[in-house]
Amino acid sequence: MLSISDLMVEVGGKPILKGINLNIAAGEVHAIMGPNGSGKSTLANVLAGREGYDVMRGSVTYGDHDLLALTPEERAREGLFLAFQYPVEIPGVTNVYLIKEAVNAQRKHRGESELDAIDFLKLVRQKLQLVEMKEEFLHRPVNHGFSGGEKKRNEIFQMAMIEPRLAILDETDSGLDIDALKVVASGVNAMRQGDRSILLVTHYQRLLDYIEPDHVHVLADGRFVKSGDKHLARELEEHGYGWLEEQADSGAGQSAA
Amino acid sequence: MTAQAVVDYLAAQRRLEPELPAPDLPWLMELRDGGVERLRDAGFPSLRDEDWRYTNVQSLLKEPFEMGPIGQCDVDAAFVSSTTIPSLECYRVVVVNGIPIPHLSDVTLVPDGIRVSSLADLLVSDPGRLEPYLGKSLVPDPHGFTAMNSAFLGNGLVVEIAPGQVFDKPLEIVFVASAATESTMAQPRNLVVAGKGSRLQVLARYVAIGAQRTLTNVVTEVIVDADAHLTLYQLQEESKNSFHIGGLFAKLGRGSRFDAFAITLAGGLVRNDLRVDLDGAGAEVNLRGLYLARGRQHIDNHTQIFHNEPDCISHEHYKGVLDDRARAVFHGRIVVQPDAQKTVSEQSNQNLLLSRDAEIDTKPQLEIYADDVKCAHGATVGQLDKEALFYLRSRGIAEEAAKRLLIKGFASDVLLAVSPDSLREHLLTRVETMLTD
Repeated sequence: MLSISDLMVEVGGKPILKGINLNIAAGEVHAIMGPNGSGKSTLANVLAGREGYDVMRGSVTYGDHDLLALTPEERAREGLFLAFQYPVEIPGVTNVYLIKEAVNAQRKHRGESELDAIDFLKLVRQKLQLVEMKEEFLHRPVNHGFSGGEKKRNEIFQMAMIEPRLAILDETDSGLDIDALKVVASGVNAMRQGDRSILLVTHYQRLLDYIEPDHVHVLADGRFVKSGDKHLARELEEHGYGWLEEQADSGAGQSAA
Repeated sequence: MTAQAVVDYLAAQRRLEPELPAPDLPWLMELRDGGVERLRDAGFPSLRDEDWRYTNVQSLLKEPFEMGPIGQCDVDAAFVSSTTIPSLECYRVVVVNGIPIPHLSDVTLVPDGIRVSSLADLLVSDPGRLEPYLGKSLVPDPHGFTAMNSAFLGNGLVVEIAPGQVFDKPLEIVFVASAATESTMAQPRNLVVAGKGSRLQVLARYVAIGAQRTLTNVVTEVIVDADAHLTLYQLQEESKNSFHIGGLFAKLGRGSRFDAFAITLAGGLVRNDLRVDLDGAGAEVNLRGLYLARGRQHIDNHTQIFHNEPDCISHEHYKGVLDDRARAVFHGRIVVQPDAQKTVSEQSNQNLLLSRDAEIDTKPQLEIYADDVKCAHGATVGQLDKEALFYLRSRGIAEEAAKRLLIKGFASDVLLAVSPDSLREHLLTRVETMLTD
């Protein structure tokens, strides 16, 4: 589904990602963990197509596509979804309007007809339940005046509506209390089916108690320093990131799944 | 050039004066003569005038405009119906080049509580109804253009709402600029009197036939009597070759409310002067403005609110979107007089610039001479939010569509207070199509 090869990325002339290799097969859940400043969010943003990142080397293949050659909207229509670390407030545009435009953009791209109003509403109600959001959320401006937890739930709601092939969750757990975390996690778990792949980016192991990854990768100073299964996350929780960063400094342990 | 224009227009006024209605009415002569003197003494405004620093009227003055022929109307019912707003139920009156046209209007359908008359007719048949109001809200004329309107004062529309009468259905006035020959000008003088406790919504639309060079130099005087509630939507939809100088002067009585919308979607050079006097305790005014400009359009909104009595409220909220080489001016002056204790006043002007060459000059201005007041004001100028744009694109929405969505979202809150729904939807759609073209 996704294949990243020797990816080097700079921001403002400063190297952030220093040669990333990663393969995510259809249906797999991968988690990328790492300390602050290790490049986790950079990777998520580069994959979604955010401006301001300079790819110096390497390639990313998504399905049959050279991902980096696609515009952000083309990536989205091909089924790539980014749940934002900091969801953006958009005054004057209602949630329901955004989600309708987004769903129909996907459908149009796949050559399907637009959802009629009744089917759309039915789907909306079902997905709202998934993240325990009230219907009034639909008619509020996108993320405007939402609490931190509401914003994150709104991201998962959008993801559930759009039904992506590859979902990238950028620190979706940050700033959530334990109840909100459980809601978000159960929303994500409900989406875990068939060929859908998920890439979780997180600083803490906590999220992985609720969403069990197939693979865990540790990113430090722009390089993967260790990969393993879900037990790796527990080890990190116990020992912290320190011992891995030492490995990164010595240049050892470049790994890929 | 300015001096020559003054000479030309004064000569035109002298030629036309004998034909103007009620030429011998003393108070009316005084009003017209006052306009003539003011125009002669002050001339037309130039960039040297503080209130016109950013609005150059040389292109307007370089070739004279002529008053359209009186009593001729080349506008037909087909044109009028082509400009109507779909599904908006309203009473309609059509004014062509400043002259109300009965056969294009639904005057017979207007209910008894609203009297709609031609100013020319009323000046002859019952001038006593006009004398207490006409010209009273703009003494002296603030600049050469309003002075010229007073000098040529002859026709326009008079709307009188009887005390206590409440109407849900709006009154639509369509002002058509129709240039049979090049450089036609219209100078309607309108008067709206909302009687005590009455309530009405008025939609004034300015449209043009074709894209000839036209000048609409309009003055509208508004009196909102005690406890009345008047809403006035002013919608500018003329052509890119239209010059529009609009003056709106309103006086508000005790406990009354006036909601005014200035929505500018077209016009080559548009200058709106708006002055509201809160003359009765507990009066409230809500001003909303929206201007969208492209190409080389120039839109100047110059507003003044005078808090003259205690316990009055004013809210003013103007927003603009400028593209290409368009230029806009916002000058919002709020004066709180010594007697106006317990004033609540809030003003904002927000602008979105879509191009490097677009320009906004914004000047919020508060003058407070009372000590127990609550006032706030501010202005912002910005570009499209890049984060928001990326967010929308990451949801599969194409860049152009995402930009339109953000601009519409930015503009839409000005229109949220518009009612009925059909009018609001029409305006939102107009905003969106304007951005799509």
